[in-house]
Amino acid sequence: MTINPDLQGRSYPAAEVYDVGREKIREFARAVKATHPAHFDVEEAKALGHSDLVAPPTFAIIIAQRADAQLIEDPEAGIDFSRVVHADQRFTHHRPIFAGDRLVAELHVDGVRAMGGGAMITTRSEIFALGDGDAREQVTTTTSSILVRGEGQ
Amino acid sequence: MSPKISELSAGQEIGSRTVEVTRTDLVKYAGASGDFNPIHWNEAFATGVELPGVIAHGMFTMGSAVQLVTDWAGDPAAVVDFQTRFTKPVVVTDTTGTSEPGATIEVSGAVGKIDADAGTARVDLTVVSAGQKVLMKAQAIVKLS
Repeated sequence: MTINPDLQGRSYPAAEVYDVGREKIREFARAVKATHPAHFDVEEAKALGHSDLVAPPTFAIIIAQRADAQLIEDPEAGIDFSRVVHADQRFTHHRPIFAGDRLVAELHVDGVRAMGGGAMITTRSEIFALGDGDAREQVTTTTSSILVRGEGQ
Repeated sequence: MSPKISELSAGQEIGSRTVEVTRTDLVKYAGASGDFNPIHWNEAFATGVELPGVIAHGMFTMGSAVQLVTDWAGDPAAVVDFQTRFTKPVVVTDTTGTSEPGATIEVSGAVGKIDADAGTARVDLTVVSAGQKVLMKAQAIVKLS
């Protein structure tokens, strides 16, 4: 199976809303063995000046990988998920993610380049918090490259 | 107490942390993150796609490494940018039923470039497992006062 080179430049609009819950922040923090009290204790988070529990710095991967799934599961893309290896990842936080945020992600395919029998695909998720009415606040930009390994790679 | 940017110097070490990983940890991370790729929990599947065995999610390694920076900064919200390249897989052996970890990840960090105008410092992380650097260019930008 070959990767469709026409993916480059493609965008997927914001789809479902992700509601950031306190227990999910706690669960994710425990899963990455984070112990900072601002992930677990609302009063500790407030003492640092925050509105609610603060998500760990890589929490946005949940939302970004949901957005990526639109591409990976797109039959036109030709991506075999079992041969996907994560090559690089970046999070740029315009502001922290807090419990209570309602987030959406727009996915952009910034690069597709053939490598051996496989391909390196670079995606960017622009994550926004929904506010009142049509208001959207930019929260996090994630960029990620995945290597889809060809046979024998 | 959070470090003061005026008191930092490039090359200054921020400490180190050891993360022990078991297969159970990978199952927990899969559930917490929603990444259920079987290469992270099924040996036969992993070796069937030519991997050396079950490997940790790169995002588990990245996510557990940043704790060192979060604790040093005093506030997880201070980490305004965090990036890495994943260079080597962390192979996690099956130690289920024992008290042994399936892999060990050693994390250490040092202050890199300081931008006094922006009020930020870069922290460069060194992340090693089984004697190999598993992350490269693991850099966090931290906002300090």
